[in-house]
Amino acid sequence: MHGSLRVLLQVLWAQLLCGWVLGSELTFELPDNAKQCFYEDIIMGTKCTLEFQVVTGGHYDVDCRLEDPDGTTLYKEMKKQYDSFTFTAAKNGTYKFCFSNEFSTFTHKTVYFDFQVGDDPPLFPNENRVTALTQMESACVSIHEALKSVIDYQTHFRLREAQGRSRAEDLNTRVAFWSIGEAIILLVVSISQVVLLRSFFSDKKTTTTRVGS
Amino acid sequence: MLSLSSVCPGRKMASLRIRMQPCLFSVLLLNVLCSFVSALYFHIGETEKKCFIEEIPDETMIIGNYRTQLYDKQREEYLPATQGLGMFVEVKDPDDKVILSRQYGSEGRFTFTSHTPGEHQICLHSNSSKFSLFAGGMLRVHLDIQVGEHANNYAEIAAKDKLTELQLRVRQLVEQVDQIQKEQNYQRYREERFRQTSESTNQRVLWWSIVQTLILVAIGIWQMRHLKSFFEAKKLV
Repeated sequence: MHGSLRVLLQVLWAQLLCGWVLGSELTFELPDNAKQCFYEDIIMGTKCTLEFQVVTGGHYDVDCRLEDPDGTTLYKEMKKQYDSFTFTAAKNGTYKFCFSNEFSTFTHKTVYFDFQVGDDPPLFPNENRVTALTQMESACVSIHEALKSVIDYQTHFRLREAQGRSRAEDLNTRVAFWSIGEAIILLVVSISQVVLLRSFFSDKKTTTTRVGS
Repeated sequence: MLSLSSVCPGRKMASLRIRMQPCLFSVLLLNVLCSFVSALYFHIGETEKKCFIEEIPDETMIIGNYRTQLYDKQREEYLPATQGLGMFVEVKDPDDKVILSRQYGSEGRFTFTSHTPGEHQICLHSNSSKFSLFAGGMLRVHLDIQVGEHANNYAEIAAKDKLTELQLRVRQLVEQVDQIQKEQNYQRYREERFRQTSESTNQRVLWWSIVQTLILVAIGIWQMRHLKSFFEAKKLV
């Protein structure tokens, strides 16, 4: 019994050493006057990174706040367009991060965030081996890391491009509507000017005839 | 998923043969714990629909895992698993066509492959027709969405194609490069759309300015002529 408990503890300890890892990357829509919170259970000592970017909407800014299990604010920024925050979890527990669009009255925002907890999971289940990696394997590992950073840059580029493109499309529709609107206003104003002017002269004529007689 | 060899390392297997039972038990326990999606979670209301956007190139696979927990008011905590609770998952492609629309149980996994590049929308809402417990409560949803290369299960691929460690690593690199290439291709397509939008804006600004100037001049001429004839008729000019 004592032996099996020891094995179980060793296994659990090994699992903790591997680092429970997870990286979550999500894009969601935040309506106006809304707040969206996400929670994650983190083990003490894990290095975590929270990165967020506002993709579309208004002035492309959002409030972000990250709290540890005791409610202490680790990171708080108002009206930020893009930021990246790295921290090491000092306690075990549920960490909470919230995005708030409460300052905005009518613009929906689309927010992208990437919350990396710990390192990537190893390719093999028995990755924690004692022997060192061969040259080929370490070359593969470094290529893998480089490609990961390429994919990361691509994601950021895609988000910026989406931002630019959404502004351009907005501009396009706005130009069309406002031009048509202005043309109509122009016609309406000029016709009513003429009608009003005519009406002034018509009234004056009647009063002059009355005065005359 | 953990394998027996990872939890009880090879060398110690012989000495632990006698203790196989507890070792197996611990592996099973860990597997049970691991099979739970312990990812990010958020709260969702009863009729609330939560949507997530994934902008992906074509022929990309997406795997989503979710797990739900219901808040128990008496015990004031979240129950580990609830029977009868289901989530309705709906996926729309960039042309707003529904490509996946299914109901899953309280814990589920959905997969789809994109056929058009663009923004896909993944929406989740609960089918809360049966819930009295739910009144005023929130549902906790654990969600994990894996895109493209991350969706591959390398342990499975290694087992199926019988790859050595080095071959598996190279395979992973090949998949990553594939993903990068698809994304670059998609980027080219998006840049073209962006350029078309900008050129259309440019054209519109040009034409509408010309049209408005012409309208202004025409209106001015008409106004003067009309008023002149009006005043001549009134014998004021």
